[in-house]
Amino acid sequence: MGEVILTMKGIDKSFPGVHALDHVDLEVKKGEVHALMGENGAGKSTLMKVLTGIYKKDAGTITYEGADVEFNNPRDAQAAGVVIVHQELNMLGHLSVAQNIFIGREIKKGGLIDDGAMNAEAAKLFEKLNININPREKMSRLTVGKQQMCEIAKAISHEAKVIVFDEPTAALTETEIEELFKIIRDLRSKELGIIYISHRMDEINVITDRVTVMRDGGYVGTLITKDSIKDDIINMMVGRVIYEDPKTQSMVPADAPVVLKVENLSAGKMVKDVSFELKKGEILGFSGLMGAGRTETARALFGADKKESGDIYINGAKVEIHNPMDAVQHGIGYLSEDRKRFGIITEKTVAENSTLACLEEYMSGVFINRAKENKVAAEYVEQLKTKTPGVDQLVVNLSGGNQQKVVIAKWLIKDCEILIFDEPTRGIDVGAKSEIYHLMSELAAEGKSIIMISSEMTEILRMSDRVIVMCEGRKTGEIEIAEATQEKIMHAATMRN
Amino acid sequence: MEKDIRKGNAFTNNPVVKAIGTQKIVVVLVLIALFGFFCVMSPSFRQYSTIVSILDYSYYISFMAIGVTFCLITGGVDLSIGTGMVCCGLVGGYLINVKGLPVMVGILGAIVIGLLFGLMNGILVAALNLPPFIATLGTMMVARGFGSIATGGLSQTWPAAASENGWFRSIFKIDMGDMMIPIGFLWVILLVLVMSLVLNKTKIGRYIIAIGSNKEATRLSGVNVVKYQMSAYIISGLFTGLAGIAYAATFQAVAPGTGAGLELDAIGGAIIGGTSMNGGMGSIAGSLLGVFIMSMLKTGLPYIGLQANWQQIITCIVLILAVFIDVQKNRKME
Repeated sequence: MGEVILTMKGIDKSFPGVHALDHVDLEVKKGEVHALMGENGAGKSTLMKVLTGIYKKDAGTITYEGADVEFNNPRDAQAAGVVIVHQELNMLGHLSVAQNIFIGREIKKGGLIDDGAMNAEAAKLFEKLNININPREKMSRLTVGKQQMCEIAKAISHEAKVIVFDEPTAALTETEIEELFKIIRDLRSKELGIIYISHRMDEINVITDRVTVMRDGGYVGTLITKDSIKDDIINMMVGRVIYEDPKTQSMVPADAPVVLKVENLSAGKMVKDVSFELKKGEILGFSGLMGAGRTETARALFGADKKESGDIYINGAKVEIHNPMDAVQHGIGYLSEDRKRFGIITEKTVAENSTLACLEEYMSGVFINRAKENKVAAEYVEQLKTKTPGVDQLVVNLSGGNQQKVVIAKWLIKDCEILIFDEPTRGIDVGAKSEIYHLMSELAAEGKSIIMISSEMTEILRMSDRVIVMCEGRKTGEIEIAEATQEKIMHAATMRN
Repeated sequence: MEKDIRKGNAFTNNPVVKAIGTQKIVVVLVLIALFGFFCVMSPSFRQYSTIVSILDYSYYISFMAIGVTFCLITGGVDLSIGTGMVCCGLVGGYLINVKGLPVMVGILGAIVIGLLFGLMNGILVAALNLPPFIATLGTMMVARGFGSIATGGLSQTWPAAASENGWFRSIFKIDMGDMMIPIGFLWVILLVLVMSLVLNKTKIGRYIIAIGSNKEATRLSGVNVVKYQMSAYIISGLFTGLAGIAYAATFQAVAPGTGAGLELDAIGGAIIGGTSMNGGMGSIAGSLLGVFIMSMLKTGLPYIGLQANWQQIITCIVLILAVFIDVQKNRKME
């Protein structure tokens, strides 16, 4: 670590009715990876928005390269060398990699865009970063990991001195994360200051030098990563201790009946001849790398996508599922990995979202019975401990974990016996994560059967009673939790043809 | 935390304002201001007959607007309502004039034709997944062609007020010599109330709003999205038929080949009234208020010496302003 490049001191920011940042400090040195941690809503993004000029601060100072600065907008910040690599990538899929990198500052020759020069420049950039990407490739054809590399390359091309990574690994596979870390270490060795926002505790130890923790808009403290232990950081974040021990023994009785049997399911390129059974009260983990076909299997089973072949049995009887309507009728509920697109209706209320799957039970004649609807929604808000000011609150105003609970409520109100949780804790902070885990365990104990798709190994090992591993659309492993280890799962997850 | 920015100000937080909706209140204020402006500027505007005239012009647009609001809320649009309406009026008139059938049959005929157009749009958009713009543009042309073919290219006159079957005109306006009672206004209000209930209190309405907000999430909740999306277009078709009857009652004759462009008065009215082109949001009462702005301008501008071409330009400015306000509001919310 070198000298200090960026200091944010006493940053204060209020919005009408909420004190979003309460005198927060952050200091980044050259050649340092500085983790910024905190639960959702702790104020991490707000702090970064103040840094890059999206929000104006009410009080405090930002010192960058020895001088007080106040950027008016992200473009100013970028010009000065402060760049954010966003969680959600802002890429133009139809354009080439090079065109994306030089968007807004195209290299021109005689008034026309010089694609050749841009390709050459991009190639040089990639070479500098040891990234293997063809600048001529269309952006949409790259994997999420590669797209992120392009975003980083773009940041570097702006002569960045401070780079903010906002949850960069949320959508990456293990190998892609490795590659990303290599690049980050490389940037660190080039004396850049790096701010690294993440929820994943295990990454913090691997990649960061110091950690600054925020809670409820306030500054909690800064630690040196190698001298601190995981539980300390979590404690600082949530103010309480959370244990994450793997499950060692299946909770399902040996004689539990099979509620769902899938035989030889095939759909598109991503689901090939998949068969499995789900027992009553079981949490069946689906592990595998990104793109292994787990989500596609769930969607085909649920009738969201067309399937080519395969039989589905529920409680021993063969059923036909051609669309989500059929699946819901048979008591299957699906919680998508992408809540905002497939799970909730963000601009509608908690109550409206809760009864979406079984509105017919909340009618009086032809009219919706609002009182009855609100009552059931309120019951489930209480039961699931959903944090919301009321059932008439728009779901968009809730945090990720609470939005997830609204989706769970929807399926519980419909009285679904089989629940498919697809990446149930993606983008959810540590505290809410543990609540979702408890909830899933409780549901299973009550006799609900759960399929849990997860890319987080710790989640799989902690929650599952049995693990199914997929690779390239095929089932490549089925492991009882008592025998499951990371190595066994990874081995099956990489069993390519 | 940032989300709390959407708290708004004292005006938008007032419970009464919240219940009615900011946009609607603004539209009412604009409506009153426009009316006042025209009254001050033109003595001849300050007459009972002018009000009746404003209402007369508003009925058929109101009906179209009520129907198309449902399509707009699903995130779609129905461009076929203008020529569809004229086609309904033509077919109804043809049944009465040429076939010599009772007026009631003409009315039913118009409604059936409207429903058929709605069904056609519904199948194209909901079942076959065509973009609403293209599908209803097609229906718009079909309706124009079909109206001409069915009537052999002749204008159709529905029975005049003084004639034997004149009762039909009194559905919308009771003419008592020196006093005209715009009874059509009652029908409009009644239908606005009924359709507001349908939109806000029934399953069809709830699912139409849900589809407009997030179609995929609605589908994955096990909702029959094809059925409910289709029903929005059928509702629009039904109101196209009703608009056809109102149109025939307002004007002397219904001419084949006309009607194109009238749908924009209705869609414009709905947008001014706060219905979002992105779907998921809208109100029937708002659409009605928006339509009144359009009719007020149509009727009022000639009184201050601005003729048809100016009306178009000014109406357009009002529409752009309304959408601009909507865009600003949404931006603030993000």
